[in-house]
Formats: sequence, C-alpha cells, structure tokens
Amino acid sequence: MAARMIRASNDPVQPLSADRIGLTLDGTPHEGVRGQTIAGVLLAEGVLSWRRTSVGDSPRGVFCGIGVCFDCIVEVNGVRDIRACQRRAQDGDVVRTQHDELPEVTS
Amino acid sequence: MTDARHVLVVGAGPAGLAAAESALAAGARVTLLDSSDELGGQYWRHLPVARPAAHEERLHHGWQGFVRRRSVLAQHPHCTIVTEAQVWALETGDAAAASPVTVHVLIGPPDGTDREPQTYRPDALVLATGAHDRTLPFPGWQLPGVYSAGAAQALAKGERVSIGDRVVIAGAGPFLLPVAKSLTQTGARVVGVFEASTPARLLRGWSSKPLELLGARGKAPELVEYALGHLRHRIPYRTGWAVVEAHGTDRVESVTIQKVDASWAPIPGTRRRIAADAVAVSHGFTPRLELAIAAGCDITSDRFVRVDDLGRTSVPGVFAAGEITSIGGADAALAEGSVAGHVAAGGDPADVSLRADRRRRRTFTAFAARLERAHGIRAGWTGWLRDDTIACRCEEVSCGTIRSTVRRTAQTGVRSVKLTTRAGLGICQARICGRTVEELIRTAEHDAAPATPSASANGSVSRTVSTTASAKRPTVTPDASLSAPGDSGTDPVRPPVSTDRRPIVSPVRLGELAGLAASARPSLGAADLGVSTDDRDAAVVSASPDLLDPPDLPDLPDARPARSAED
Repeated sequence: MAARMIRASNDPVQPLSADRIGLTLDGTPHEGVRGQTIAGVLLAEGVLSWRRTSVGDSPRGVFCGIGVCFDCIVEVNGVRDIRACQRRAQDGDVVRTQHDELPEVTS
Repeated sequence: MTDARHVLVVGAGPAGLAAAESALAAGARVTLLDSSDELGGQYWRHLPVARPAAHEERLHHGWQGFVRRRSVLAQHPHCTIVTEAQVWALETGDAAAASPVTVHVLIGPPDGTDREPQTYRPDALVLATGAHDRTLPFPGWQLPGVYSAGAAQALAKGERVSIGDRVVIAGAGPFLLPVAKSLTQTGARVVGVFEASTPARLLRGWSSKPLELLGARGKAPELVEYALGHLRHRIPYRTGWAVVEAHGTDRVESVTIQKVDASWAPIPGTRRRIAADAVAVSHGFTPRLELAIAAGCDITSDRFVRVDDLGRTSVPGVFAAGEITSIGGADAALAEGSVAGHVAAGGDPADVSLRADRRRRRTFTAFAARLERAHGIRAGWTGWLRDDTIACRCEEVSCGTIRSTVRRTAQTGVRSVKLTTRAGLGICQARICGRTVEELIRTAEHDAAPATPSASANGSVSRTVSTTASAKRPTVTPDASLSAPGDSGTDPVRPPVSTDRRPIVSPVRLGELAGLAASARPSLGAADLGVSTDDRDAAVVSASPDLLDPPDLPDLPDARPARSAED
C-alpha cells in the first residue's frame, strides 16, 4: 500500500457528506470529493506520481505539500505547470502527466 | 474613516491573523492576504468549506481561538480578507509615495492563467510569510513516497490523506512530534521517529534552564502531550539517528537509517534497513524571506528578518512577525503578530494591552535559541551524501557535479556555480536546495583548498574576516547580494551571497505578465481602498466555494511560469 484516504468511519474529525467529483489522469478516471486538491484526489487513489523529470525521466509527485517545491506540477485542462497540491480539483478536470523534454543541442 | 492607517498583512497563519486583529483594534483599516483559499496557515491547515467535518478541532491546538479570530476578521467592517492572493513582486523606492512599499498581487486559483491583478500601497506592511521545511538531501530523496514532514502533516490535516501505511519520520526538532501524531491519527503506523541530534546535545539544549521552558506557557503541555502520544501508540523515538538513504525504483520501498555523531556525521557500521512505504523528513525550517529582502529589511546573521521587540524591521513602516523572525512555534507567532499589528496601526507601544504579549514574546525568543542549540543542523550531515545524490531537485543537479564544478573551475561564488551547474535555477527558485547548494559550495571549497600551511592560514584568516564583517552589517541586502566581489572567488573578504533573494517573488506566467502590461489597470492605492461596505465587497475574494470555479482557461500551451530573474 501507499498513500490513501482515511476511512471516514475511522476519522476522528467525522467528515460530513461532500459532493463526489471525477477527474481523469492521462485518460484514466479517478474519483474524489469536492474540496480535495488534485494531489489529494490522486494520492487518495494510491497514485504517487504525475510528472517525469526532464533530465533523468524519473517520476515525481508531492514533496513539500505546501506549494513551495513545485515538484508536483502537472497539466490541468491544457494548462501546464499547475501545482497539484495547491489547485482544488473540479469535476471533469482533465489532468495529464507532465514531461518536459530538454531542448536538443545541435551543433 | 478614510484617514485611518491602512495596514497590509501578508500571510494568514497565526502571526498574520493576530497582527490583523490587533491592527483593527488599534483603529487601522486592514487588508489580509493569503495565497491559500482558507485562513490559518500551515499550523491551522484544515478541511476546506466544501468538505465540512463535525470535529475539526480534534486535530488542532487552539482551534477555538482560530475560529474566533477568523470570524472577528470576517465580520469587521474595516477588514478586507483576500484569499488565493499570490504576492509576486514588492517594490520600494517611490519617494513621492506615502507608502513604504508597492505590493503586486495576482488573485485567483493557484497557477491559473487569468488571475486578477491588484496593487497595494499601504501605510504599513506586516510580513507574516512563515517558513517551510528544510529537508537535507540524501540518496533517493527524490523518490515518490519521500515527503517533507510538513507535507505529511498538510496532507493529513488538509486532505485527510495518509501518506502511507508504514511510515518513517526523520530529521530534527520537536516539530517531528506533531507530525507523528497527525500520522497516527490517519491510521498510519509510524515505524519510528529518528532525531539526528544526540541525547547529550538535546539534554544540554533543553535542560540547562528548565524554568525558561516553563515560561513558554502552552508549549510545555503541548510537548508533554506529544510525548504521551508516543507512549500510547508505542512509536519508537530514537535520538542520534538519521535517514541516510531511500530505496526503490519508482517509489520508496525501504530506507536505511544510520547512527550519527554529535556533528551529525554518520558512524560507519551502524546502517540498518527498514521497510517503509512512506518517509517524512525535515531537518528544520527555512523562513520565507523574499518579501522582506525585496523590502530592503536587514537580515540577521542566522538569516531571519531582524526585528526589534515591537516587530519593527530596519525599514520604516515594514513589520515582521512569526517564523520569518525566528522559529518559535504558533504561540510565539501569535504574540509577535499582536505586537507588530498594534504598532503598525500606529498604536502606542507602551499600551497596557500589549504588556502580556511583549512578555510572551521575550519568553519565546529564548525558546527559539534553545531549539537551535538542541536541534540545529550540524555540518557532519554531508557525510551521508554520495556523488550521485540529487542536490537540486528541479534541475536534477547532483552533489558531485556541484563539488567537482567548484574544484575544476576554482569558482566559489554561489551565482557562478549556479550558472555553471544550473543548481538552484529551477522552477522552485532554489527554495528547496538553495541553502544546501551554498553549503556544498562552501565545503567543496574547503576540501579543495591546497594543503600547504600558508594557504590554510590564508583560508582561515579570510573566513575570520568574513565573519567579523557580517556581524557588523546586514548579512543579506539586495546590494550585498548583487555586488560582484563575492563572485570573484579571489577576494579575501567575501560579502555573503544568498539564495534567499528572489526579485520575482513567486513564479508568474509570462502570459499573465504580458496581460498586466497590456491592460495597465489602474493601481489600487491606499487612498483608493475605500472602506464603504460596497467597495469592500468588491475587493473581497472570499473563501466561498462559488469563487473556486475555474476560470475559462484559454489554450496557452506556451504559457509557462517565468523563472527566477537570476535564471
């Protein structure tokens, strides 16, 4: 296992009902509730990464969780470089893994 | 009422909230900005309006006080709360203006393309921008599943997400304890909390003056509660251990912990591997100084905003409170915010109502000093680095690359090494790696120094001179940071060069900047900020979920955030 949502029945804050929402990551549907960030929806679904780095082509997801490190940037509805840990998910968001190729050096 | 002083408060954590409330009480008009869509900062991070819970207070200390303060501010006729407000530039130098600063803000969903620009020219500015975790690099720290401790807590409190089932917590400082508590409250099993500081140092730091700690009311019971929480959940708390490696291919699967000595240097032969599906690591905090530096505020030698006991910075009209002035926790931040807000509003510093807060302020200053003595980062940590360990996560620059660049080019200036290696030039603007890169350059330079006696003597002399110089004048000012001698690599007296300076305070999309220039909307000055209810409502971006709907997103595939201006 990895990241997951706390089961509501075990949650000391006793969450009240919230609207269900859905988004897709690279076409795969994921469900969440209104008020979650995009990172929150994906982590709750056990997805840990949604970006591949330019140099090492390595996976990245959340690191700092508070909008400082920009590791979690992702494409949302066609707009790149959105911090998934800061942006609240909206029903129908189309999220795509971000991978920025390095510019080719020609000589 | 239009001649009331306008106080702009940046940051709505404990310090900013307290500053806003006391400025209002002293008769000012207040605008409170925060980049989040909820108030409370990281300390009172909570579920948003759209996800209500019956017992939010169970996760927090001082929750009722927060709710009370939030409602006072929301209902106050002279208070404007602007959420989702990202300050992206702060300017000074307009001698004609009555305001000490001009603050440029973009308002709207984070990293959006169509945010509303706004400009403030307040009579006084209170900076309460807080701090973020400082995580020292170790092999594998870039793997998904490795988080800063703050992330683990933010996800637990703000998302009700557990980062894993078997979690290792490591780093330094008492703030690892609330993280362990938050994680156990998510149902995660905390396999262990590994504190790098050795028992002897912890004892020296915390027990030398126990009465001083008692004075930090609220803090001692909080720590006792965390300690009891450890017993209840049987979380092993080990001191003198560090996480020195994370293992896995596409995500973390295990970590290696290792004993460290008093200098945090790993002790050979003590490595142990632990299975874990998540790791939360923090070795301290980095204050968010860019706005204070842009305002021209003096920075102390230990790199916090220099303030007097009334929260005044070196720049008239600019105040600072909370973690950007020292790491003292939420109670300290509340006291500092109250004092700074009152004085920023033009209140009398001798006011009786301030006495308790000023006393508390002094107590917590001592607390911060003890914290540093007991848990401050020690130089030996670089012993767990390998040449292929990533130092700069954005640009994927390894520690070996930085060190060998210093040796091969004989360049020891931070900027020149950054430009050669790209370390610190990525989208986070060196927020995560900046201080680490500085330290790697310094240590590589030291290691690379020729071993001849005369050279060593010169080396030690130059370092002494540099220390003396920095004690006598502000360590980091825009000018010091810009001046060339620091980058020459040969100047015997090096003015400190800092990675804390960011002329563009936060990444902004080039498209948004172009839009700003094209529209040239009229600025909103202090005098224009009317206080009639109508004007106020027009300026407010409240926490109402209705306002969270995404704007129509234009198809701008090339719109990328601007990078650091140093890039």
